[in-house]
Amino acid sequence: MSDRISVAKTYKLYIGGAFPRSESGRSYPVNDSRGGFLANAAQGSRKDARDAVGAARKAFPGWSGATAYNRGQVLYRVAELLEGRREQFVAEVAASEGTKRGESIVDAAIDRWVWYAGWTDKIASVFGAANPVAGPYFSFTVPEPTGVVAVLAPQASSLLGLVSVVAPIIAAGNTCVVVASQDRPLPAITLSEVLATSDVPGGVVNVLTGRTAEIAPWLAAHADVNALDLTGAPEAIRADLERAAAGTVKRLVRGGRGEPDWAREPDVSRMRAVLESKTVWHPMGV
Amino acid sequence: MSAPSQTELSEVTRDDASLRRFLHGLPGVDQVGVEQRAATLGTRSIKKASKMWAIDTAISMVDLTTLEGADTPGKVRTLAAKARRPDPEYADVPHVGAVCVYPDMVATAVAGVGDSGVGVASVATAFPSGRSNRAVKLADTAMAVEAGATEIDMVIDRGAFLSGRYGQVYDEIVAIKAACGGAHLKVILETGELSTYDNVRRASWLALLAGGDFIKTSTGKVSPAATLPVTHVMLQAVRDWRDRTGELRGVKPAGGIRTTKDAIRYLVAVHEVAGEEWLTPTLFRFGASSLLNDLLMQRRTQLEGHYSGPDYVTVD
Repeated sequence: MSDRISVAKTYKLYIGGAFPRSESGRSYPVNDSRGGFLANAAQGSRKDARDAVGAARKAFPGWSGATAYNRGQVLYRVAELLEGRREQFVAEVAASEGTKRGESIVDAAIDRWVWYAGWTDKIASVFGAANPVAGPYFSFTVPEPTGVVAVLAPQASSLLGLVSVVAPIIAAGNTCVVVASQDRPLPAITLSEVLATSDVPGGVVNVLTGRTAEIAPWLAAHADVNALDLTGAPEAIRADLERAAAGTVKRLVRGGRGEPDWAREPDVSRMRAVLESKTVWHPMGV
Repeated sequence: MSAPSQTELSEVTRDDASLRRFLHGLPGVDQVGVEQRAATLGTRSIKKASKMWAIDTAISMVDLTTLEGADTPGKVRTLAAKARRPDPEYADVPHVGAVCVYPDMVATAVAGVGDSGVGVASVATAFPSGRSNRAVKLADTAMAVEAGATEIDMVIDRGAFLSGRYGQVYDEIVAIKAACGGAHLKVILETGELSTYDNVRRASWLALLAGGDFIKTSTGKVSPAATLPVTHVMLQAVRDWRDRTGELRGVKPAGGIRTTKDAIRYLVAVHEVAGEEWLTPTLFRFGASSLLNDLLMQRRTQLEGHYSGPDYVTVD
């Protein structure tokens, strides 16, 4: 083979279904687990975060209004595309995380996506209820998506962790702005390329790369963000983020200290965290 | 521009032929130049204190507009309340320039704004097409003025203008101006239907000659509505009018201005093309409805240090 010069990539952000450069014009080098250069990623700024929230807000009525069945189909289609990009994901996960278990991680991530895709049309029956009430009324409780969710993606688990936090949010009908793992953003970028070519409407998932500690406070304080997932928040600013989020009464998904074991079987808690319950009383015909 | 003196301007309007001679004698607009200049000025960065000033100034210049078939007295009342006090949580937000409604809603709007200093503008003259006879247009205007409108937004007869019957358009503006009495007259050129910048310049001059207090880009019902280059051409016209006659006339871009960023671009254009004197609600207005909410959100962002959202301003 001849010594060809490899093409170094400079990736961009994923906002509203498009791939814009960061408004700030900045980018930063992404290294593999041993410090070797992998690619350049865009270094998002607060204005990119603002644009992403705007895109997510715009996409929310369409996505939350789609039928659960339709959302399930769309998400399942994403799993098919993930399958098609398997090799690339395996390579990126292996390089970023320095693990030999790349294949099994990607398999688990795709399986997780399918698992959540299957949940979309079960949410209403599992989290909703026809309440027994003492009176001539029907009383129903219906789960509804919270709205725009800002997600600080797990820092260590760049694909399985990412899928485990993003899939439940969009399966429940929310739209989201994801700040990818700061030092391991490549799987998130590839996931955004998958989403862009899938049937997921633009703006449902927006992916920002850059310094988590720089972008997160703006998302935490943004009045048009309804919930904040702190899973990948740097320890040093976690308390400040919670305080900022309280200013506009956001739902918080706290996550514990350190990252959970993402390989464990998921449960419904991440979906429940971004669902609101609406209870309707309706007079009963006599 | 070879500047005829004021006495010559009165000669210009003597008959159709001299009007045509004058309007077609106006220098042509350099299309590439004006678009490039508009784009360049649009990139100017306005931050911090200047931005705060620009936001407040823009708020005071908004003609808060509702021109829908579905308008109800209730909607007009809420609009008037919002015009008086755009952001109830911040007392220092200035009131807007005026509310802009259809003639039958003027009385409701007048009662709604009370003595707050907010004007009531009414569209008239068979808005938005202007396709009716003079008697109907005059009656339309009289109805709005009698109901208490302080500003009248008339549309010109684009059909007559485009077929070169300038005298007819001129006479009509003069007649409406007379019917306005004490009310200010804004002349809507509907630039989206005039096709060329040269036509925009001619229509601007025609409206100024006929006595329009403001020239306004569009009805908002035709796309494209207001654009920066078109506003540049109109600002040049009022500036040249001032240079010749010493009178100050206003400009109102309307339609399609939705964000604070857009509004600030227009203010920069006003400052650079016409001059600082025009940066006041008596000489520059925005015809808009959704713009006000964005201005208020931006204002809160500046004051509160974080981004605001549509949940924190009124829905209209």
